[in-house]
Amino acid sequence: MRAMEKRSITLTVNGQNHEVMVEPRKLLVDALREDCRLTGTHVGCEHGVCGACTVLVDGSTVRSCLTYAIQMEGHEVSTIESVDAGGKLSPLQQALHEEHGLQCGFCTPGIVMTFEAFLKHHSDPSEDEIREALSGNLCRCTGYQNIVKAIQKAAEQMRKNPDYVAP
Amino acid sequence: MKPAAFAYHRPESIEETLRQLAALGSSAKVIAGGQSLGPMLNMRLATPSDLIDLNDLTELAYVREVGDMLEIGALTRHAQIAASRLVLDKCPLLAHAAKTIGHYAIRQRGTLGGSLAHADPAAQLPLMAVTLGAQIEVISSRGKRILAAADFFESAMSTALTSDEMIKCVRFPKQGAQEGSSFQFFNRRHGDYAIVAVGVTVAVQGECAVRLRLGLGGVGAVPLDCMDMVQPSVDRVADAAWAAEVALAVSQALNPEDELRVPAVYRKELAHTLVERALVRALERAKE
Repeated sequence: MRAMEKRSITLTVNGQNHEVMVEPRKLLVDALREDCRLTGTHVGCEHGVCGACTVLVDGSTVRSCLTYAIQMEGHEVSTIESVDAGGKLSPLQQALHEEHGLQCGFCTPGIVMTFEAFLKHHSDPSEDEIREALSGNLCRCTGYQNIVKAIQKAAEQMRKNPDYVAP
Repeated sequence: MKPAAFAYHRPESIEETLRQLAALGSSAKVIAGGQSLGPMLNMRLATPSDLIDLNDLTELAYVREVGDMLEIGALTRHAQIAASRLVLDKCPLLAHAAKTIGHYAIRQRGTLGGSLAHADPAAQLPLMAVTLGAQIEVISSRGKRILAAADFFESAMSTALTSDEMIKCVRFPKQGAQEGSSFQFFNRRHGDYAIVAVGVTVAVQGECAVRLRLGLGGVGAVPLDCMDMVQPSVDRVADAAWAAEVALAVSQALNPEDELRVPAVYRKELAHTLVERALVRALERAKE
């Protein structure tokens, strides 16, 4: 198999199968944006530092710039497009909105995906735990204060009402 | 930044992996979590002809007890090590160190074998392997070898692995009775590699330290095993003054490189502070 040759693969993204032709070196984030036309996942630093491209693979957080699309055959990829419930914001998205947890919004999809996963395993995180987990997602606008507040609010909301859907 | 072209292989068994490694030779690279290799590929610091993806070898993701050792499969993720009840109980130093690696998302993906094979001189897991005197089992189509961590790391980013070998598992000694440990490190930005990192285990009998392991990361090309250096301090009354004395002796024996942003003198002072802190904390835990 020659390296430059494109290969046909099936990507399962947000429960839907996409047949795409990719070179083995194609980053997952580029395949998501260019081939699956899911541009909600942003690509920032392309070397795993900024966290903007964070998606979920089989439910756990993955930098989609450090993963190649071809590696994802047989795995379930979830992107920011899967987070809302039929047009309604998730508790975390709603809290980010209410607490002004974003300004330019570039880093937000990565932060949402990181904490959709994190809050499943840490239903009552301390502020330190939130800040530790948030350290892998760079935001150049907010100073993080409101993001932390939003995550705390979302965690509380999800504890009180696990089936919460934003109005 | 996009990687140079590579051919991709996804073996389904260890045997198939070893056959591919033998056939493809030194221009091939194995990829597990990809948290270190990924950036190197994207920045084209690494341009392998072939990438062999180990992620389907899920039989290599495990933690189990083997006699007085804890055996951990090469594909075990940092987050699994940090959260493993067995590791927290039997080798808490390793769990504590794993918890500090990079960021949340990186720990979900990065692997023990990957970190050791990458051999960054400031990384947590190579330091843990050297400090604890771990055994690293490597396999190839020719058979297996068991290497002491001290023999495994040869220089910065360079190990004793030959091009047809891969790490299968690592065995860490379990923490003994009346033994305490501490991992301490310092960096300027959360999630970065440490400037200096220290791993300590100390076993006490009454007021005396009867066994002491001490390893330092970030002060040379490979993690530094200070066992011999601290040997004269064993079998003595271990208190705060003892910790201060050991820390001073260790830091004075160091000879780190002078770098533009981190002068040697700073690294030595940092080592001094961190070793003392680690010894004091480990002693507290040993006496609990």
